[in-house]
Amino acid sequence: MAEIRLEAIKKNYGRTEVIHGIDAEISDGEFIVIVGPSGCGKSTLLRMVAGLETITSGDIHIGDRIVNDLEPRERDIAMVFQNYALYPHMSVFDNMAYGLKIAKVPKAEIDSRVQEAARMLELEPYLDRKPRQLSGGQRQRVAMGRAIVRKPAVFLFDEPLSNLDAKLRVQMRLEIKALQRKLGVTAMYVTHDQVEAMTLADRMIVMNAGVAEQVGAPLDVYANPASLFVAGFIGSPPMNVLSHEIRPGREKLDPGAVIGIRPEHIDLVAPGAGLIDFDVAFCEPLGAETLVHGVTAAGDKLVVRIDGAVTLPADGVPMGLAIDPAHILAFDASGRRSEV
Amino acid sequence: MEKRVVFNNRWLPYLLVAPQLLVTFVFFFWPAGQAIYQSAFIPDPFGLKTQFVGLGNFEYLFGNRYYLESFSTTAIFSVLVTVSSMSFALWLAVLADRVIKGSSAYRTLLIWPYAVAPAIAGVLWLFMFNPFTGIIAWMLFQVGYVWNHNLDGGQAMALVVAASAWKQISYNFLFFLAGLQAIPKSVIEAAAIDGASFWRRFWTIIFPLLSPTTFFLLVVNVIYAFFDTFGVIHTITQGGPQQSTTILVYKVFADGFVGQDLGSSAAQSVVLLVLVGILTVVQFRFIERRVHY
Ligand SMILES: Nc1ncnc2c1ncn2[C@@H]1O[C@H](COP(=O)(O)OP(=O)(O)O)[C@@H](O)[C@H]1O
Ligand SMILES: [Mg+2]
Repeated sequence: MAEIRLEAIKKNYGRTEVIHGIDAEISDGEFIVIVGPSGCGKSTLLRMVAGLETITSGDIHIGDRIVNDLEPRERDIAMVFQNYALYPHMSVFDNMAYGLKIAKVPKAEIDSRVQEAARMLELEPYLDRKPRQLSGGQRQRVAMGRAIVRKPAVFLFDEPLSNLDAKLRVQMRLEIKALQRKLGVTAMYVTHDQVEAMTLADRMIVMNAGVAEQVGAPLDVYANPASLFVAGFIGSPPMNVLSHEIRPGREKLDPGAVIGIRPEHIDLVAPGAGLIDFDVAFCEPLGAETLVHGVTAAGDKLVVRIDGAVTLPADGVPMGLAIDPAHILAFDASGRRSEV
Repeated sequence: MEKRVVFNNRWLPYLLVAPQLLVTFVFFFWPAGQAIYQSAFIPDPFGLKTQFVGLGNFEYLFGNRYYLESFSTTAIFSVLVTVSSMSFALWLAVLADRVIKGSSAYRTLLIWPYAVAPAIAGVLWLFMFNPFTGIIAWMLFQVGYVWNHNLDGGQAMALVVAASAWKQISYNFLFFLAGLQAIPKSVIEAAAIDGASFWRRFWTIIFPLLSPTTFFLLVVNVIYAFFDTFGVIHTITQGGPQQSTTILVYKVFADGFVGQDLGSSAAQSVVLLVLVGILTVVQFRFIERRVHY
């Protein structure tokens, strides 16, 4: 059990700086998710915590130690890799027991710990198999098992579910969360999938191009994105971005500034009855909900999320949009949130 | 799933394999047949006629002290060449695998010895170790060690082993490096996180995962040591002193072409043939089973 503190972490590869100074505090037992588009430096950050990459500058604290110069094995962490990184020539049992054998844990205890992990992960029938004789989901569980038998202070996950099919991904997501709760271990989890981030995280770090754009609880980040990037990245479909002012009693927006509004905060009403007018282009019925795509009178593209049970408006029909101005967020020309 | 090619023309498949069969026949089956045939005869001292002796040549061979010594010389030589060239190549490959910058330059440099013909490799080492003019022989003398492989059988063996192994290192290095690079980095990182030190990772993860490569190289190197080292031995020691570096293949040459005892030479070739057959079977049957995947 441990808290983690990142202080002004930077990373250079040669001359290129890929992480530009990240600060974060992760409390004991917290599940923190690092989310961001591919190539933004999530893995690099996680690997620095693991000790697999050197830190160019800054400090990483795990528990009460600064671990900057410690070997991975001295950091009391376990990591689950995207490709699982199982030892292909060892049985499932040996894969899980490897770290314990190195730590010179007595044989009887190795046995009982591996058996317990296998029971928890429903791997008992496969202990004698080699990794290549397992399905993707089972390999994933072995990788998890290898991490939990060592009882580390911190779990690190680097996109552990991205090689699984969609259904299994949802199931494993729940299992990972349940397991982390049960064991009470601090977890850092990297993903590019914002839904995964929203569902798993106690708090999340939204990263973009080597910078932490926002740190916060999923729903706070969703409701109060600190930047246009976060507003667009978190939420599906993303927040609508309009370059023309629609709030009553206001002048034009500053050049480059925009306003944002989530698709579920808009209601379709009769033409002229809403805040602005809108032409329906087409509808995407998804069952529980329907996404209505269209263009505002000022020419901004916009998506409205409505209840799936409502009769669909026909393509090309003019409608009105009812919007509570309190839900409208403003962003300045640099993409930061602004109050006006 | 087996992939099968279906030919419409009956003769086309035969035509396509014909060149390979022809080469195999001319350069392998025919000489091998000749060797078996000749091993049953001895020529008279003037080479005018031959006399059928059945297994006489073989009987004589296995009663011959020099021939039996050549067996153990070959065994020692092959083990030394194989082990030293493979372990040195593996060491270099592990080092090169850790270098990212300039690795292609290292690789190219390390491949060069393989392009050197065996006889040239032999001459190269001979120059360095020539007891009178060789620079290394001179340096050894400066530290009080007398080097003369023309007199000392142990030194002669060491020199031909070194030259033969050196030439094969590049080849082994290439395969080991490719093998190392095929091991996913994350597997090794996982072991590091699991607490394994570098050597522990090497012996419990890397080495077992390299075993298909190691096995392949073992076969290639033993066969190399048996046959392809002829040029090295011929240029450096001519099998001497006192036959201390006369391996089986060199003895075939020495008895047949120098000693003109064609019957015995042919019989030795047959023995070699059988030996290589047995070695290959043993390697595939017993060692391959212990290879992972
Ligand atoms: N070993 C490396 N050498 C040079 N650049 C690297 C290396 N590893 C990653 N990078 C660069 O660092 C950036 C962040 O990479 P990474 O952390 O893997 O991104 P993510 O995991 O968010 O997709 C990328 O632009 C990538 O090209
Ligand atoms: Mg990544």
